[in-house]
Amino acid sequence: MCMRNALMIGLIAVLTVSILWSSEAADQNERTHGYGLGRPATGQELQEWNIDVTPTGEGLPPGRGTAKQGAAIFAAHCASCHGPTGQEGPMDRLVGGAGTLGGQKPVKTIGSYWPYATTLYDYVRRAMPFSAPQSLSPEEVYSVVAWLLHQNGILAEDSILDAPSLAAIRMPNRNGFVPDPRPDVQRTETNPF
Amino acid sequence: MNRRSLLAGTAAMVSGMVLRSLAATAESAMPVAPDDPSRVPGAAPTPYGQRSGFEEAVRVPRSWWASLTPLQDSHGILTPSALHFERHHNGVPVIDPAHHRLMIHGLVEQPWAFTMEDLKRFPAVSRLAFIECSGNSAIEWRAPTGQTVQQTHGLTSTSEWTGVALKTVLREVGVKSDAAWMLAEGRDAAAMTRSLPLGELIEEALLCYAQNGEPLRPEQGYPLRLLLPGWEGNTCIKWLRRLKLGPAPFMTREETSQYTDLMPDGTARQFTMVMEAKSVITSPSGGQRLQPGFIDIRGLAWSGRGRIVQVEVSTDGGQSWQQTELQEPILSKCHTRFCLPWRWNGEHVILQSRCLDETGYVQPRRTALVAVRGVNSVYHYNAIQSWSIAADGLVSNVHA
Repeated sequence: MCMRNALMIGLIAVLTVSILWSSEAADQNERTHGYGLGRPATGQELQEWNIDVTPTGEGLPPGRGTAKQGAAIFAAHCASCHGPTGQEGPMDRLVGGAGTLGGQKPVKTIGSYWPYATTLYDYVRRAMPFSAPQSLSPEEVYSVVAWLLHQNGILAEDSILDAPSLAAIRMPNRNGFVPDPRPDVQRTETNPF
Repeated sequence: MNRRSLLAGTAAMVSGMVLRSLAATAESAMPVAPDDPSRVPGAAPTPYGQRSGFEEAVRVPRSWWASLTPLQDSHGILTPSALHFERHHNGVPVIDPAHHRLMIHGLVEQPWAFTMEDLKRFPAVSRLAFIECSGNSAIEWRAPTGQTVQQTHGLTSTSEWTGVALKTVLREVGVKSDAAWMLAEGRDAAAMTRSLPLGELIEEALLCYAQNGEPLRPEQGYPLRLLLPGWEGNTCIKWLRRLKLGPAPFMTREETSQYTDLMPDGTARQFTMVMEAKSVITSPSGGQRLQPGFIDIRGLAWSGRGRIVQVEVSTDGGQSWQQTELQEPILSKCHTRFCLPWRWNGEHVILQSRCLDETGYVQPRRTALVAVRGVNSVYHYNAIQSWSIAADGLVSNVHA
C-alpha cells in the first residue's frame, strides 16, 4: 500500500468517526431543551454521590448489623464526642429525653425527637464520624444505628438491623411534626403604622 | 539633579512602596501615616486590593462553626464578601473548580452532569439578596444575651449574587411531572443536605457562582451554591454537587431533628423556610458609648417575603413611634437601610425599631412572639430589639 492510499484510508476513517460522533452529539442536543449544555451523568458518578436514604428505605444498601456489634464501633468512633452512653456529650445528646419535648427543658435526641430511623442511617453514613465522614462500611453503619436505637429502647440488643427492618421501624415522635403555620403572631398594638 | 541621585531616589521610592504594600498585607500591622501624605509618593498598584490598615472591623466567632458579620461597622446595605457571616457544618472544603460538577438526577429524563464551565455558559442572572441564618438572634429567646449587635444579629448579610436560574437548568435537564421535592447536597465534610419543595422555589432560585462581582468566597460555597432568596440560610446549600428530584421530602437530619422549631405543646414545626421581617438599630447599639447631642440613628430591616415598606423607631421603650427615612435602594429580600436624626439629652432611654413589609406583616414585640412560640423553638427569632442607653452613655442589650 502506497503512502497516498494509507493517508486516504486514514482520512476516511477519521471522517466516519467524526460523522458518527456528531450525529450522536446531535441526538444529545435534541434530548436536552435548548442550550445543549452538560452531559449524561456516569454510572460511577451516580454510585459515588447517590447516598441519600428516604423514609421508605430507598437508598439503603445491602448489609446488616446488631446493637452488640455497634457498641464497639460507637466506643471507638463516636463516644469521644457524644459520651460513653450517648448522653454525656460534649456534642449532641443522642439518647434519652423521652417525654420532655413539651416541658421547660426539652431534651431532643434520636429517641425523643427524630421522626424516622432511616434518617439515622443517612446521616451517620454521610457525615459521621466527624473527623472521617463516609469512612464506615454499611455493616458498621447498620451496627452503630442499631446500638443507638437500642440505647433509646427502640430495638432489642440482638435484633438484626438491615434495610427492610430499618425501614419498618416506627419512631416514638413520628407524629410530632406540623407544617409551618406562619404568620402566626398577631399585631398586639392597635393600628401600628 | 544628576543621574545617580535620580536613580537612588527612585530606588528609595520603590522600596518604600514595597514596604508599604507589605505592611498592608499584614492584617495585624498598623500602617504608619506620614505627617503630610500629600508630600510623599503613595503606594503602587496591587494585584488584589486590601482595605486600609487602619480599619479593624472583623467577623467574630460565635462558635467553631459560625462567625458573625460586624453590623455595627457596616454602611449601606451590602456586606463585603470578606465580612459575610459564616455557617458551616464541618468546615470549609477546598474544591478545585476544574474538577467540580453538578449532578442532577432522580425524577428527570436522564441523570445529567454539568461542569462549572457549562453552568457559566447559561444565561447569567444577578440580583441582590440577604441570607440570614435561621438561628440568627437565637440567643435572645430567654434573656438579653448578646452584648453587641454583631452578637445578637450578625448572622445576616446582603450580597449581589450571580449565577444561572435554577429553572433554566432544570428545564435543560427535563424534570418529570411527578417530581415535587428537590434534595440539594453539598460537597463539604457534612455533605450538607436539605429537601426543598419545587413549586415555590422555582421562580427565584439561583445556582450561584459569583458574589459581589467575583467568584464565591470559599466559605460561601465556592465554586457553586444555591440561593433561595428570603429562605433560611441553611437551605442555600453551599459547595453544591447534587440535586435529586423526588416525589416527597427526603427527610434528612437537617429538616427533621435540626432545623425544626419546637413549640410549647411539644410539637415541632417543619419546613419553616421563610425568614420573617426583622429590623435592628445598628447604631447606637450594644457596647457603644454615646456623647449627648446629635445622633444619627441607623439600622437595617429585611423581610424574606419581599420589600420593606416602613420602619419606625421608638426612643421611649415602645410607647411612641416615629417614622424613619428608608434609604435607596429599597429592594425585595434585601437589607434596607433606615435612619432617623435624633438628639440625646443624656437621660436613660430605650431605643427600639420595628418594620412593616409589603405583605402587611409587622415585626412583633418579644412578648407577643414568646406568647405564641414559647422559648424553646431556637430558630426564627425576629422580635423587636431593645437597646438601653444609660445616663453615662453606655448602650446595652435589654428586653423591654
